[in-house]
Amino acid sequence: MINSLPPFLLLICGALLLPLFRGRARTFYLVALPLITTLNTFLMQQGTYWTIEVLDHRLTFGKVDRLSLVFGYIFSIITLIASIYSLHVKDKGQHIAGFIYAGSALGAVFSGDFISLFIFWEAMAFSAAYIIWSRRTKASEEAGMRYLLVHIFGGLLLLGGIVVRYHTTGSLTFDYIGLQGLDSWLILLGFGINAAFPVLHAWLPDAYPEATPTGTVFLSAFTTKTAVYVLARGFPGTELLVYVGAIMTAFPIFYAVIENDLRRVLSYSLINQVGFMVVGVGIGTELSINGTAAHAFSHILYKALLFMSMGAVLHQTGRINATDLGGLYKSMPLTALFCSIGAASISGVPLTNGFISKSMILSAAGEGGMLVIWLALLFASAGVFHHSGIKIPFFAFFSHDAGIRTTEPPKHMLIAMAMAAFLCIFIGVFPGTLYSILPYPVAYEPYTGAHVIDQLQLLAFSALAFTLLMMSGIYPAEQRAINLDTDWFYRKATRWFMGFAHRPIASFDYNVVGEAYESMVIRPILKTAQFFRLVDSKIVDGLINGVGKGSLGLSDVLRLIQTGKTQDYAYVMALGALFVVILICIA
Amino acid sequence: MQEKNGEKRHLFDRPGSLNMVLRIFFSTLIVLVVIDLFVHKHPFFGFDGRPSFYGAYGFVACVVLVLAARFVLRPLVKRKEGYYDK
Repeated sequence: MINSLPPFLLLICGALLLPLFRGRARTFYLVALPLITTLNTFLMQQGTYWTIEVLDHRLTFGKVDRLSLVFGYIFSIITLIASIYSLHVKDKGQHIAGFIYAGSALGAVFSGDFISLFIFWEAMAFSAAYIIWSRRTKASEEAGMRYLLVHIFGGLLLLGGIVVRYHTTGSLTFDYIGLQGLDSWLILLGFGINAAFPVLHAWLPDAYPEATPTGTVFLSAFTTKTAVYVLARGFPGTELLVYVGAIMTAFPIFYAVIENDLRRVLSYSLINQVGFMVVGVGIGTELSINGTAAHAFSHILYKALLFMSMGAVLHQTGRINATDLGGLYKSMPLTALFCSIGAASISGVPLTNGFISKSMILSAAGEGGMLVIWLALLFASAGVFHHSGIKIPFFAFFSHDAGIRTTEPPKHMLIAMAMAAFLCIFIGVFPGTLYSILPYPVAYEPYTGAHVIDQLQLLAFSALAFTLLMMSGIYPAEQRAINLDTDWFYRKATRWFMGFAHRPIASFDYNVVGEAYESMVIRPILKTAQFFRLVDSKIVDGLINGVGKGSLGLSDVLRLIQTGKTQDYAYVMALGALFVVILICIA
Repeated sequence: MQEKNGEKRHLFDRPGSLNMVLRIFFSTLIVLVVIDLFVHKHPFFGFDGRPSFYGAYGFVACVVLVLAARFVLRPLVKRKEGYYDK
């Protein structure tokens, strides 16, 4: 027997009730709703719940086992923290989109079949795009649209895979898939876009830094980690993922070194961290899957913490580029402290949660005798310390004083950061708390003398490299510039294609097709219209003037629907897509 | 360093405090190398059990990382800030 509600239902329905609350009641509601969701998730028992029969198909909204629970716990906790962090935001749409996004991620994690998974998958894409658009700048509008297009493409790959799979196996149950056949490749690619596989990753550093200070905190938690979960569920032990993951850990750190926008640095390091989890999925042993789940849990906490601290800087100063910042520890000492805790955690300093989770994946690679992979992961561990551990706090808070004098961010932001920072350290000091909720029994001991001294040496000598390079002036100075990534292909190359398309194709269209269209379609229509006008004005008009009023009313209604806002159209499209999917499934 | 009159002097504004930090940092490095000699290791591959392997690897990795990012990647991908708006 289960005493809890589907977590997605709580958050999504709860989000829709938000407009009923104002002032203090709303603040209370914004804390209470994710708090209740969290308690609800912690009360959930393993088993299969909330199944609905839709004609021949069974939709399962509650596939609750130890793997889905780890992700459920952390998704609920981070929703609470992110919601507290964004209490000052007046725009209701942002809160609603945040809860729908988080609720959809929870829905996806507990989905037992492909239909419900796909529905939540798409809902995540649309609500995330809304969150990006909420900053209401030209850059965020464009980045959000690119985000949406990329994720719709990924969703289509996933849908294609699901359709092919249903055709060949006759089953829509979402469980172990394994890499064999067209359907599994399509599904893997669909998952891979959300997991930011190399080459498919550019949407992430493109869009996340363009969202609001609060929006990015939400974004950093759900999309990629939901993808990690579905990979761990569908493709554990797939060797390809070991190599894909290893590349993911390594290449973003080069970008992170030369990137100027500090939230973009964090976005690249997010890909690097997800790479560790993907490697863990690829290795597929109990230790490595445990490592993946544990690292996802830890990572969500410290990555959100880092994005919160940078969000606080952006919120207080309006700046986020390393070239504009420095010396902020003087006016924002608490934020600097929380940022440093996040930086220590992502670097895997002993007594933080990064240390006790990342080392599981490294050990799994080492025990599997994967020398090259192990060396790559070690390289990435040193590199992540270098850019997230040192660069972020150093350039924002400690490097030469940029002369900015500001204050700490609002209290609720500090509280949210303190909560995340506390959990980072608590789990680091008491790893048993996290280990006890992992998918498999844990026989791993993180705090051995060798582990601790090895990790401390790795970090200390990386710091030495940073210090020496900095003092000798070899370290690349931050520059006001952007760096090309694979999004170039759809941002710039498509323009050339359009230019090409414009001349031959458009001129053919205009001269040949247009001409024919005018003589064959438009003129006859005009003629017919003339005839009907005659009929209308002479006969009908007098009779039914009243109908005119009715149609005026109808057009007012239509005008309400046709708002001209991309977001609204996007939601209508999503609803339509959902409807089509349901139709397909039923037919 | 342009400080407004009357503003309180902060940690790193004091002359010598940076040197102090550096001195503590370098001593820590030495301590870590010394302790490493006495810790029993469980190497995966053999060579990773050598004294201070992790320190050496971390140092080399970061130097390679920074040099490659500065002299290989940046010349390839750097563009002006308004590049995509044109």
